[in-house]
Amino acid sequence: MLENLSTPELFSLLALSPSIDQIGTQERIARIQARSIKGAAKIQGLRMALSMIDLTTLEGKDTPAKVRQLCFKAQHLHDQAADLPTVAAVCVYPTMVGVAKKALGNSGIKVASVSTAFPSGQAPFEIKKLDTLYALENGADEIDMVVSRGRFLSGDYQFVYDEIAAIKELCSMSRLKVIFETGELDSLDQVRKISDLAIAAGADFIKTSTGKIQPAATFPVVLTMLGAIKDHFDKTGQMIGMKPAGGISSSKLALQHLLLVKEVLGEAWLSNEWYRFGASSLANDLLMQYQKQLTGKYQSAAYFSID
Amino acid sequence: MMSQTNWKLEPSLESAAQIQLQAQYELFIDGKWQKPLSKNYFNSVNPADESHLAKIAWGNAEDVDLAVLAARRAYDTVWSKLSGAERGKYLFRIARLMQEKSKELAILETLDGGKPIRESRDIDIPLACNHFFYYAGWADKLQEAFAGQQVSALGVAGQITPWNFPLLMLAWKVAPALACGNTVVLKPAETTSLTALKFAEICQEAGLPAGVVNIVTGYGDTGAALVAHPDVDKIAFTGSTAVGKQIHKACIGTSKKLTLELGGKSANIILEDAPIDQAVEGVINSIFFNQGHVCCAGSRLFVQESIAERVLEKLKFRLQSIYVGHPLDKNTDIGAINSKKQLETIERYISLGLAEGAEIYQPDCTLPSKGFYCKPTLFTDVAQSARIAQEEVFGPVLTIQTFRTMEEVVQKANNSPYGLAAGVWTDKGARIFGLSQQLKAGVVWANTFNKFDPASPFGGYKESGFGREGGRHGLSAYLKFSN
Repeated sequence: MLENLSTPELFSLLALSPSIDQIGTQERIARIQARSIKGAAKIQGLRMALSMIDLTTLEGKDTPAKVRQLCFKAQHLHDQAADLPTVAAVCVYPTMVGVAKKALGNSGIKVASVSTAFPSGQAPFEIKKLDTLYALENGADEIDMVVSRGRFLSGDYQFVYDEIAAIKELCSMSRLKVIFETGELDSLDQVRKISDLAIAAGADFIKTSTGKIQPAATFPVVLTMLGAIKDHFDKTGQMIGMKPAGGISSSKLALQHLLLVKEVLGEAWLSNEWYRFGASSLANDLLMQYQKQLTGKYQSAAYFSID
Repeated sequence: MMSQTNWKLEPSLESAAQIQLQAQYELFIDGKWQKPLSKNYFNSVNPADESHLAKIAWGNAEDVDLAVLAARRAYDTVWSKLSGAERGKYLFRIARLMQEKSKELAILETLDGGKPIRESRDIDIPLACNHFFYYAGWADKLQEAFAGQQVSALGVAGQITPWNFPLLMLAWKVAPALACGNTVVLKPAETTSLTALKFAEICQEAGLPAGVVNIVTGYGDTGAALVAHPDVDKIAFTGSTAVGKQIHKACIGTSKKLTLELGGKSANIILEDAPIDQAVEGVINSIFFNQGHVCCAGSRLFVQESIAERVLEKLKFRLQSIYVGHPLDKNTDIGAINSKKQLETIERYISLGLAEGAEIYQPDCTLPSKGFYCKPTLFTDVAQSARIAQEEVFGPVLTIQTFRTMEEVVQKANNSPYGLAAGVWTDKGARIFGLSQQLKAGVVWANTFNKFDPASPFGGYKESGFGREGGRHGLSAYLKFSN
């Protein structure tokens, strides 16, 4: 069990968050983007990316039938190709957790549920708690909570910290992903600060965005969060997972993100235990590129199922 | 859950097959390819694998004399009679042709010099083109550039370029010289002549009048003949401080105008409030850019004691994802050392650092079996009085020293015969301004390093040379002033 931090302790922790230089961050990313990922490395990377997807549907119009279809896709990405991995998880609203859990059965694919009044987080804590408990009782393996961005921006760090710590307490058997919605934050300095805060409060994963706000998982934001994970690991030896979500829809971007992880954190993070892509349309592009690598030919998009 | 490890990038070699190398290159004098009167040739070697690239003419004093004669004739009869706007058109044409051939130029530069294709493709060649575009724009505005003064061309400029940025240094010198109305005799470094010779072809293709640009390839004796030639009005040299001093002596008592851009041992300073991850990346860019063959390389790192351990830890980790290998591989970060001679110099300094008791760190990477390669090297526990911290290595070797106060770091940074560049990493604007005023260096970069732009002047203090290249300041090196 984590020891909760008092306000002075929390403030002194956040005072240690290093500043982040935007230009230098972009230069680091440019180096990654100049790398050439080809041949066997590309095939391996595409398979890795497929296995790291949290296949997601988070819409007001979601229905059990839609979720069941998505769960089938999660287990059968493209049966025309032999020996493909499955995705890591299916990510849904709490009301759909039971449906997904049943549809995925013992496939090994996790059910992730958004919670805490996703996506805005604008609800009283009691409701966020009930929201989370409902998802957990229905069998959610992972909880994707949102932080209270308004409170963070107004400087009420203790509130944000306590909220995360309290949700973490509920997730004794489940892994907790903490969503920052970085598109609503102002600077990379703030991204770094909230990363340090969430990790201190017990996040198992830190996640960029809800997918409802643009910009979402930009490279500078992701690199900043990876920096926080790296510093925490160097200090404590504890690994924290990373989940960029929103905006990563092409194989090229996904592979560059994986290379960023490899260079910034190391290969230990290159598994779906520690790295996830929150995405809905990425899977098909990965499949298309994968088939291209195997056969030398691009297939029509019509050959890949749209769910 | 599936677990993956050991994800390695495959080599991704840029194809050199698209380059047509000639077996033998002649001198480019008076718009024509001319066999050297010396009858001598030397071999150019690919430092990546020690393979033979081409035979290159070795000009002697007579060849230099012919070239200067051609340059003088072109100056008297054609170039000095053209308007600035007309000269500008030629420069624009050259710049565009260089852009069109940028891929070929990048591969040539990498083949000949050993620098990673990523750098020649993304930095050297685009910057070289931009210098021509930039100075093309000044050609008809020289009077406006120096209000209240009458300016005119000098005549014939003798230019000697180094092997670390062959085409870029050519551009730094040729573009302003031509824009200001001078004609040029250029002697490229002996290990990297190929892009200069390709540039001669570009001049031909651009229809540049014969004799305006002459390229005389060769060794130091060729350069010495150019410096000693009585009909040369201006010498511009970029290279080592030792050779710079000889050139300086040779020009004393003559009417030659001189600019020297020489060595450096530049300080890169990280303060405790710095954006630490970006500062570490900045260190990588400052010392491992172009294998450390950079006159302004940040080869002395000063880290404030309170964060020194953390910075070192991060640097060592970052070095693990630096790819040292074939320069034509698009994933290579550190390519080949330019020559066997330079590799020996670097290795000698590494032994010296060890002998002086400094602690060494090199990442665990395998170097290609053929060619000239050196692992990126960090030295810690280095004293200010150690030679490894005082002398220019011109290789991927960084010395790391710690400091406690601003006063101490300014003193240590300035305590060098050189003064070319410096870097400051801090989150506080006031400290940037304070330090940049106190550091005796021609360029001070704040929260970045090795940033170049044609509009920005570049040059040194003390034994790093004098005169400025680039920007409006760069024009004055090629102009006569009268009231």
